[in-house]
Amino acid sequence: MSKFRKKKKGLPAISTASLPDIVFMLLFFFMVTTVMRETELKINNPVLPAATEVKKLEHKSLVSTIYVGSSKNKNITGDKIQVNDKIINYTEVQAFILAERAERKEEEVPFMTTSIKADKHANVGTILDIKEQLREIQALKISFSVTKGDVNLNF
Amino acid sequence: MARRELPEINAGSMADIAFLLLIFFLVTTTMNVDSGISRKLPEPQAADYVPPIIKQRNVFDIVVNRNNQLLIEGTDFIKVSQLKDLVVAFIDNGGGIGNPMNGNPAEECTWCKGAKDEKSSDHPNKAIIQLQSDRGTSYGMYISVQNEIEAAYVHLRNVYCLDNFRTSYTQLQKELKEAQGKVAKAAIKVKIDDAKKHYPQIIAEPEPIK
Repeated sequence: MSKFRKKKKGLPAISTASLPDIVFMLLFFFMVTTVMRETELKINNPVLPAATEVKKLEHKSLVSTIYVGSSKNKNITGDKIQVNDKIINYTEVQAFILAERAERKEEEVPFMTTSIKADKHANVGTILDIKEQLREIQALKISFSVTKGDVNLNF
Repeated sequence: MARRELPEINAGSMADIAFLLLIFFLVTTTMNVDSGISRKLPEPQAADYVPPIIKQRNVFDIVVNRNNQLLIEGTDFIKVSQLKDLVVAFIDNGGGIGNPMNGNPAEECTWCKGAKDEKSSDHPNKAIIQLQSDRGTSYGMYISVQNEIEAAYVHLRNVYCLDNFRTSYTQLQKELKEAQGKVAKAAIKVKIDDAKKHYPQIIAEPEPIK
């Protein structure tokens, strides 16, 4: 009996008190380093219009986004179009879509969707210009990005 | 003073709590989902394309001016909230004979519940919604109008599906997303396509007013 008692006294338990600290450190590390690849906006963050008949965009990798909004510089009026990280003219929309297509597999190209994130105070003329450009290069699937809500708040 | 040693609090489970938190946040964080009104643009036409001749009664004309005012059929000023019912009434009118479907000869619209008015559309597959906007119209207004048109079609398809399949169109779309396996998906797809064929979306957007 006494032999067993002696053994118990031997090794002290390893303190696991610091384990949570390690886990928290990991948690914070990942929280800080994860960048949700959201393009930095050069225009004012568009206030999306509201709508009720919304559909979720699926296959995020097949979506190319075009932003439309007002310039951050107050002296510049009119709508600005942004793709990736730069402001472009509407005639460059085609080049952007073609570049997006080049990154995808060929069989995925017909399923690519263009999402237009435009400010609710933007002019329809700008949007229709973009639509015409997209139509010319057969990028026919588009989605007008909206939030869920009452349509009477849009104007 | 005799100092009694405090028993150490077991911190072993702390790690489990931290992990639980970590996993909880991982699961619940939604990276802002992108949702919107989807539209399919018409294919570009050849230069020598001759547009078909369409009867005026089959076109529902919506004009939005740069002051965000709505004019329909060239006569009435309306509010956005009134638009849906008018569009529904127009599409569902069924006052005449439609375009031939699946090789069958052209028929009347047997599933329409409209007034069968002589002055309104013939058939849902002939009914065209024409949305004429101004370059200066605000995008918010444009989306509102698009939304109301979409809502009108969804309403009609819902009614059609409830009559024929005992579930609504929106419910069918939800089921399609959740369905497992190709066979189940195909079965639901058939119903959805059927509804789409009976109420096809025909929206024309002519050049904006400069």
